[in-house]
Amino acid sequence: MVCESWKAKLDTYIDNELPQAEMYMVDRHVRSCHSCSTGTLARVQMKRTIQLAGRRFTPSTQFRKRVQLSIAPKPQRNLGRVWMFAAAAAFILVIAALTSTYVETRRAGGQVFSEIADLHVATLASSTPVDVISTDRHTVKPWFQGKIPFAFNLPELQNSEFSLLGGRMTYLEQTPGAHLIYDVRKHHISVFVFQERSLAARLDENSLSPKELPFNMETWSQGGLRYFVIGDTSAADIDHLAKLFKTAGS
Amino acid sequence: MSTANLQLDSFEELAMPLFDQLYNFAHWLTRNREEAEDLVQETYAKALKGFGSFQLGTNFRAWMYRILRNTFLTSRTGLKVTMTVPIDPEEDGADLAVERDTPETYLLEQLNRELLHSAMDELPVHSREILLLCEVEEMSYQEIAETLSVPIGTVMSRLSRARKTLSERLRPQMQRGAVTTITKGTNYGL
Repeated sequence: MVCESWKAKLDTYIDNELPQAEMYMVDRHVRSCHSCSTGTLARVQMKRTIQLAGRRFTPSTQFRKRVQLSIAPKPQRNLGRVWMFAAAAAFILVIAALTSTYVETRRAGGQVFSEIADLHVATLASSTPVDVISTDRHTVKPWFQGKIPFAFNLPELQNSEFSLLGGRMTYLEQTPGAHLIYDVRKHHISVFVFQERSLAARLDENSLSPKELPFNMETWSQGGLRYFVIGDTSAADIDHLAKLFKTAGS
Repeated sequence: MSTANLQLDSFEELAMPLFDQLYNFAHWLTRNREEAEDLVQETYAKALKGFGSFQLGTNFRAWMYRILRNTFLTSRTGLKVTMTVPIDPEEDGADLAVERDTPETYLLEQLNRELLHSAMDELPVHSREILLLCEVEEMSYQEIAETLSVPIGTVMSRLSRARKTLSERLRPQMQRGAVTTITKGTNYGL
């Protein structure tokens, strides 16, 4: 019984994750306690066995080549003619240097908006567009608990033309978020919610108008969350749904 | 050389050494060769696309594993698997002290690897992935926490529970193994 508190630390001890002072104390105890030393041995043997058994699958050479080819830089052009274009290149470089920050911000922002549009289209094309099917916000909202690292409010839709179809988890820039699908006059609208801090570096809403997309879209930040509302319905509908969300989130 | 090609070069240099281990991890998650290949291919495509947002000097390995895992979780197989997994009591401190019978451990060396493979295959995906990251990939708790996007406390409790579950599932097999070993020994004696 005396050893219970030591045994609780044995896993962390064999993983070498205890602070140095504690490591030393457990080490001293293990050397002097038969029960804990056999417990440690058991864990080390199990660890080693899993390590060996876990290295089980090897990719084929063809598959490796295929992936390598897909990520390899494209071959460089013959540099012999480069001098002929030196003046033009220098001019382009000057222009590029002057506009690089602006362009980069637009590109990053544009990439995020494009990915949102891709997610919207891909989901609607899917045979299972939603993982939780319900028109009840009190069913859909709790479904996200434990699946995404934040909470958000869904608007009350009574007296509006919108109806909730359901929701699903989604990822943008490796960040988990919520994807909700609404219906208005047979048009589908996607609402995406992510943590603002995960996307802030990639998105400058002043840098690019979402109107450049083939969809109507609105985005805003509220309460540490970034919202995107996108769909092929009118800009007024998108704006109306966005306002309902803004009210619910305030 | 263009900036884009420089970026592609450094991505390839960083990413290809992880290829074998990412494939191994993907195969353990999907339990299927074709799906593992699709998962790895998609992971590399996504990582290449998002490489501009990766900060050089931070943990590239954890970043790649996180992409692979997120891609898996949103795949058809991943969604099916996670929907059947019960919600963890994440901070279950009571599991931390795991008692393991010592005579069994001596049989681990003789344990048929196939039995261990099947016991690991049967683990819930959360247990399987954390055991692989810790024992096979030898990631630190911090690295695992980054990969799974969970706090270190959750890493510790999940890891402890995974080890306990695996031990419990192996126990009957090891007992049968002990009988076999003893019987073999007796026959040799005869």
